[in-house]
Amino acid sequence: MLKLITVMMAAAVVNNCVLSQTYGICPFLGVSKKSDQALGMSVAVIFVMLMSTAVTWPIQTYVLDALNLGYMQTIVFILVIAALVQLVEIVLKKYIPALHASLGVYLPLITTNCAVLGVTVDNIKNGLGFGEAMFNALGCGLGFMLAMLMFAGVRSRIEDADPPKCFRGLPITLIAASIVALSFLGFAGLFS
Amino acid sequence: MEIIICAAIVGGIGLILSIALVLASKFLAVKQDETFTKVRACLPGANCGACGYSGCDGYAQALASGQTDKTNLCVPGADAVSKALSDTLGTEFCDVIEQVAVVNCVGTCNVAKKPVELGGLQSCAAASLLPTSADGCAYGCLGLGDCAAVCPENAICLDNGIAHIDTRKCIGCGLCMRTCPRKVISLIADVEQTIVACSNKEKGAVTRLKCTSGGIGCGKCERNCPSGAIKVVNNLAHINHDLCDGCDKCAAGCPVGCIIKSDFSGYHRFK
Repeated sequence: MLKLITVMMAAAVVNNCVLSQTYGICPFLGVSKKSDQALGMSVAVIFVMLMSTAVTWPIQTYVLDALNLGYMQTIVFILVIAALVQLVEIVLKKYIPALHASLGVYLPLITTNCAVLGVTVDNIKNGLGFGEAMFNALGCGLGFMLAMLMFAGVRSRIEDADPPKCFRGLPITLIAASIVALSFLGFAGLFS
Repeated sequence: MEIIICAAIVGGIGLILSIALVLASKFLAVKQDETFTKVRACLPGANCGACGYSGCDGYAQALASGQTDKTNLCVPGADAVSKALSDTLGTEFCDVIEQVAVVNCVGTCNVAKKPVELGGLQSCAAASLLPTSADGCAYGCLGLGDCAAVCPENAICLDNGIAHIDTRKCIGCGLCMRTCPRKVISLIADVEQTIVACSNKEKGAVTRLKCTSGGIGCGKCERNCPSGAIKVVNNLAHINHDLCDGCDKCAAGCPVGCIIKSDFSGYHRFK
């Protein structure tokens, strides 16, 4: 159990997928304007991460590895993730239409969110077991949520700030992102 | 052999996933607003924004939800789309005033001195930011083709230093008009009409030095016009198309030839 929690915490803070590994920058910059949207996006990403890990890990272990087809990993994983994102979209449209409308174009973009593919590939690359892989995915998703919510807070402050004209908009956002990422350097080497 | 297994595995996974998705979309289908779907099907789907909404989806949404009842906003779609929309929504048919874009400048390289010579990036937006030299027209077409670049129908070509709009291709979306940094392009109703093909507001003598086809504000057209449709304001003639009867006396009498009569009834007539 301790091992699993260590894996999860390491994925959430030490190897934070956005701020340490620079995965998933598109939604990180795109949907972090409002914290409720950021929360919705993060929940959708966590869900997709868990689902795709639950599907890709058995596929890799029992199908691809068993048949020596390890080199098809990327294609098969993207296939699975794309299908899962479609599924999430259908489910959200049915049950939470407000969230579906507010996420808009970013929801299909989870398909190309490299954080999801990154997690599933890292699970295999690091030789994690199924349980560990699931906790790694959960931790990574929580780390994504942490980064998104923190950054949504930072951005709401930026809205009120009055930076020089040339920094307004995306430049100041990128600078803020780099400073937030720098703060996560403090966790380096904490676990594992 | 291995490649067959590989293809079978990947294809099989794809098949399973697609079956799952088909089932999901069937059982979890959301009843989309039927009006929206029908209204959207009537629109052309060019997403040009001429209606003033974010695109065809936006306009369809506004119509379906009752935000607007104007079915004649889709200029490119013209009467056919307005008819389809009013049939779908059960409202009365509104005639669309089809429009075409025209260039209010005849300052080709033969007659006008171009204000700036731009190296590198060929863009009107960039050129219009540069200070104009004293001998170039500060109102005319820059001829670098920002309008041609945005035109969704490739209706604009550049020739001899100014933009020309092919009215047979122009759908009247107004993207070029909004892009032009000099505001040389305007939208007019697509019938045969007389237009003032100059935008220069300087005094005649000053204009004359810069462009031999530039309007000099002499007022001959205003005097010649039998229906009182032309007024010269700020050294530039303006035609009130509601009063104009198309007699062509202004164009015939214009000493510099900047009033032209053309057949602008292009695209919409042929559709």
